[in-house]
Amino acid sequence: MIANPSEIWVYLAASPLLHLTMTLTAYLVGDYCFRKSGQKAIFNPVLMAIVLLVVILRATNTSYETYFEGAQFVHFLLGPATVALAVPLYRQFDRVRHSAPAILVSLLAGSVTAVLSATLIAWLLGAPQDVIASIAPKSATTPIAMGVSEQIGGLPSLTAVLVILTGIVGAMAGTTILERVGVRDAGVQGFALGLTSHGIGTARALQVSEVAGAFSALAMGLNGLATSLLAPLLVHLLGLW
Amino acid sequence: MSNRIVLIFTLLLACQLAGEVVTRLLRLPVPGPVLGMVILFCALLMRRQVPDDLSAVTGGLLHNLSLLFVPAGVGVMLHAQLLVENWVALSAALLLSAVITIVVTGVVMTWALRLTQEKKAGAA
Repeated sequence: MIANPSEIWVYLAASPLLHLTMTLTAYLVGDYCFRKSGQKAIFNPVLMAIVLLVVILRATNTSYETYFEGAQFVHFLLGPATVALAVPLYRQFDRVRHSAPAILVSLLAGSVTAVLSATLIAWLLGAPQDVIASIAPKSATTPIAMGVSEQIGGLPSLTAVLVILTGIVGAMAGTTILERVGVRDAGVQGFALGLTSHGIGTARALQVSEVAGAFSALAMGLNGLATSLLAPLLVHLLGLW
Repeated sequence: MSNRIVLIFTLLLACQLAGEVVTRLLRLPVPGPVLGMVILFCALLMRRQVPDDLSAVTGGLLHNLSLLFVPAGVGVMLHAQLLVENWVALSAALLLSAVITIVVTGVVMTWALRLTQEKKAGAA
């Protein structure tokens, strides 16, 4: 006897298998479109996968919690992948070391710019306080950004989303913008991508070259640290609330 | 699967675990995995080379790094209402801030590199 399809759905909807497979499939579809389009920025695979998944989850009335029970296995790999960034960083260490003074100066300039520009624009356009606080640390890597957000009165889970969106914007437009303002050095491009767009920028930088990837991984780590120290201070100094 | 791959994965997880423990112990403002990256980096500095297996496993992980951000990104559905209510402020702040930050960082670094290289060339 053949089972009732709704029984199968009840089983699948409650098991991590379905949402894990969906996550990988959505990403493969996004990546396929990205390649087919000749790597057009608008076909960013992360963005496409997210849109696709949100549409499907909404259509099937599935909660994010249920989805995450399957997707957490992918999410978990972020930790070991971050550790793995030590390898390109080590391989490019000589170049990085020679650029140390320039790295420190641009880290400070970039980190302050990231926090101030986001906060001021959101404030000028009338966003409420908790939303402004949530957007302030958006260039830092997710766990740092969420911690800072909580500390300054934001909503950590909103911050997580804004961090990812910032990452996608940087990955989509970053290299084009840098070329346009005459920044062509792979190391500099990588550093700017990683500072602005953390891990997603680093994923993009690794596609450019290993040099870009190494500088990007470094920028991600350093800006995480800088944001956790500077963001609470800057928000306090601005005294927007 | 060769057990070398298991060994490499254990190494990566052990670095992350050590990072998590140390950040909590010392109350550092850095997440565990970032400190784990520093730990592995120091280990490589001492070893003075990247073992082939480590290179292969990390290459595979990093090649698909952007996939790993998808589950957190889907969290956008939790805040649909807040995002819709503030969409003008949020999209302007996200887009403009990302562009401004990329440009400032890239231009300042290019300028700083040029300055330090000229100094070195001048000293030589």
